[in-house]
Amino acid sequence: MSRPVALPGEPPVDHDLAAAHGLTRDEFDRIRALLGRTPTYTELGVFSVMWSEHCSYKSSRRHLRMMPARGERVVQGPGENAGAIDVGDGWLAVFKIESHNHPSFVEPYQGAATGVGGILRDIFTMGARPVASMDSLKFGSFDHPRTRYLLSGVVAGIGGYGNCVGVPTVAGETMFDPAYNANILVNAFCLGLVRRGELLSARASGVGNPVLYVGSATGRDGIHGASLLASAEFHATSESKRPTVQVGDPFTEKLLIEACLEAAKTGAIVAIQDMGAAGLTSSSSEMAGRGGLGIELDLDRVPLREPGLTPYEILLSESQERMLIVAARGRVGELEGIFTKWDLHAVEIGRITDDRRWRVRAGGKVVADIPVAALTDDAPLYDRPAAPPPKPATAPRTTAAAPSASEALRALLASPNVASKRWIFRQYDSIVQSNTVVGPGGDAAVLRIKGTHRGLALTVDSNPRACAIDPYLGAVATVCEAAINVAAAGARPAGITNCLNYGNPERPEIMWQFIRGVEGIRDAALAFDAPVVSGNVSFYNETEGRAIPPTPTIAVVGLLDDFHQRVTQFFSHPGDLVLIVRTGRPQLAASEYASLFGPDGDALGPIDLARERALAEGLVDAAQAGLISSCHDVSDGGLAVALAEACFNPEGPLGAELALAPGFDTARELFGEGRSTVVLSAPLESVVRLTERFRTAGLEVIAGGRVTRPTRLRIGSVIDEDLLELREIYERALPGRIGDR
Amino acid sequence: MKWGVVTFPGSLDDRDTLHALREVMGQEAVSLWHKDQSLGGAQCVVLPGGFSYGDYLRCGAIARFSPIMRSIARFAGDGGLVMGICNGFQILCEAHLLPGALTRNRSLSFICERVTLRVENSHTPFTRAARQGELLRLPIKHGEGLYVAPEEELRQMEERGQVLLRYVGADGVPSDAANPNGSTRAIAGVANQRFNVFGLMPHPEHAAEPMLGGEDGLRIFQSIIESAG
Repeated sequence: MSRPVALPGEPPVDHDLAAAHGLTRDEFDRIRALLGRTPTYTELGVFSVMWSEHCSYKSSRRHLRMMPARGERVVQGPGENAGAIDVGDGWLAVFKIESHNHPSFVEPYQGAATGVGGILRDIFTMGARPVASMDSLKFGSFDHPRTRYLLSGVVAGIGGYGNCVGVPTVAGETMFDPAYNANILVNAFCLGLVRRGELLSARASGVGNPVLYVGSATGRDGIHGASLLASAEFHATSESKRPTVQVGDPFTEKLLIEACLEAAKTGAIVAIQDMGAAGLTSSSSEMAGRGGLGIELDLDRVPLREPGLTPYEILLSESQERMLIVAARGRVGELEGIFTKWDLHAVEIGRITDDRRWRVRAGGKVVADIPVAALTDDAPLYDRPAAPPPKPATAPRTTAAAPSASEALRALLASPNVASKRWIFRQYDSIVQSNTVVGPGGDAAVLRIKGTHRGLALTVDSNPRACAIDPYLGAVATVCEAAINVAAAGARPAGITNCLNYGNPERPEIMWQFIRGVEGIRDAALAFDAPVVSGNVSFYNETEGRAIPPTPTIAVVGLLDDFHQRVTQFFSHPGDLVLIVRTGRPQLAASEYASLFGPDGDALGPIDLARERALAEGLVDAAQAGLISSCHDVSDGGLAVALAEACFNPEGPLGAELALAPGFDTARELFGEGRSTVVLSAPLESVVRLTERFRTAGLEVIAGGRVTRPTRLRIGSVIDEDLLELREIYERALPGRIGDR
Repeated sequence: MKWGVVTFPGSLDDRDTLHALREVMGQEAVSLWHKDQSLGGAQCVVLPGGFSYGDYLRCGAIARFSPIMRSIARFAGDGGLVMGICNGFQILCEAHLLPGALTRNRSLSFICERVTLRVENSHTPFTRAARQGELLRLPIKHGEGLYVAPEEELRQMEERGQVLLRYVGADGVPSDAANPNGSTRAIAGVANQRFNVFGLMPHPEHAAEPMLGGEDGLRIFQSIIESAG
């Protein structure tokens, strides 16, 4: 064993330096025990990123195991760069969602852009061509002075990157709430397609196999992004962390996509991983670790943007658009040829060894020599204490005069959380690659798979207000909402990926929220038989000791046997009857109505998962049988908003009427949320079959609605509004808030 | 007929154009690499949308120096049909194969949406399958589509009928509200004086299938097929 050398000018390594690197006293002692000596400065940096929460999942790992990850369709569960499910006709869908919260708060354009770039690489590193992106965004209130700046920057960053790499952004969600004033959320999803049998892995094999560095050169950007930015709370001085944010180059990423996919076809790639968080360090040690092997790297061969980078900097750089490849011996030239064609670096920088050590040389000297397992499997694993917070005093009931139903509807349509997000999604290319059957603005996006009849439905959802009241039920409700969204489009929920955004896990109440959230996702995923194949945990979403509400973001991928059977949310035939099908009575707790007009109740009733699943199945069956003209999931704003949205057909607006049963609790029924409810339209001859089908499944069906040609929305005697006016409110609200024309 | 679709580094809609030509229209189409000189015997060369070289400088400013552009200029000079879509339009302007230039959208942001276009001159190789004044629904997706040219040149272009497509409202009339990017005279597509080079910001290849945005884009491709045939 070679003993690594300290380099001239490096600071002495002690507890204080370890603490400055975000390592605890216990963790530092453990490193010394694992090495049998004090680490060098370079090694300390390496441990600090690999043992960071962001890379090691040390607080979450033991809980994540409880989520269902197996299923008939699952080809790759958690543990690789992304999960994969079999979608039929020889195709696999590879997908994952990941956070880029802190970088986006510090530098919104580059933070969001590199979030997109990073998740794309997680997909094409699996050999899959990225075909669709989605984003879940949470901003503070519009009254907060930074919100407009952050919103504009994040949206421009997502567009700037996604548009330039040619991956359509097909769906998303955006919420504004004061709870995110000081810690926004940017969660980016990507899905790719690969032929069965062509899936690549990040598991090294073959002692002596060469290790190839491909893509951009390494610079000083993003050093300690994983440890100091992503794995620590925010403070007033967090702006000073701007240099830890990486800078994206989508043009290089586009070349890297084409080159990697071309290289994948050669069969010369043994293993490949993105140099994402913790860059060269994590990609090399993780690939070796998965294969139970060792790896040697020579930093003198790494392409650099500028001379003079230290080993510490090279190993920790998070420069973007770089990949590490374990190549089959004797085939390096072939791979180099492909990357050179695309004007990218491709340099052999090391080889796979059998001694299970991660050994790094620079200037002819060994600068790090660490057992691979110490960086991966033997990283700390915590069972942090969890305890529910003391029950807060019951929120006072509103005493303000309740608005009329018409006033409430107008106010809801003007709320940025309900209003049209067109200002955002028109800045994204949603049609490139010619697969987008249903684009942004609806319940779920629908893509076709070329050369087949198959379709994929995609949606991303979250419900932090419900999670704040009850982190378990809120998580259950989020999965239900996402699953019903894809079912409304006619697709069977088939797979889940999640991004779990929480506060500081060292606080027992946060850990409790997290565990309850995971339990909720587990139970709902089991109910829909939709395994969780990938995901990401983002802790430390808090500033000055104030955490965000628990925010598990759920993306569901659904399958359509035939994309021609996709259902959209828009009423399309005057004279069609309108049915409302639901799994239970809505409630005002955690609703947008309650946030506008005062709290109303702080308890969420139980959710009947059997009925939720029955609703999803009933919707898919109805779509396949061609019984329905439209289907829209009721979400933010409740039933009245959903009826209005169903009328806003871009091909030409229509109207709707709905009779109300006597004794109707107007506010709760028209504006409540929290139970899966859909608004269907169907021709008269289908309605009897539909009603019987849903009632037999234990669902409540409310009839008495009709699609009309006159563009008015009439609900009982309480709402009679001109839909063109409502649409104007709905479309103008967000640009108005932003101050755009 | 035989088509050639160029791929520059950063081209994005090259695959979509090939898909529309081959799979939807049953045409023979070859992919042309920007470093090559050969046009593969194509009767019409398409420069597709995308961000050639990242467009970090000025859109199309670097792509015009790609080796294949010399061949394309020669081909156009010999009367060959060339069509530039979006980034391809920008490249053709940078290469002076088309008049004018494309600058940042009035809103200063990228816009992806379906727009209505009016066919201003149906007597050209690129529009002959459409009726004069016909309205087409095509998507745009660009950040730099605001067309500009010197006033005198614009006047002459209009006189000669070089403006082939204009942004209009659903009523077929140009208006400020119906002009998505602030283009001068609501210009969406122009031809050269010989009418063998055509550039347009909207994407006909993304309006080629009924389930994916309609089929109005086929009018453009059909026109070219009729002209070459």
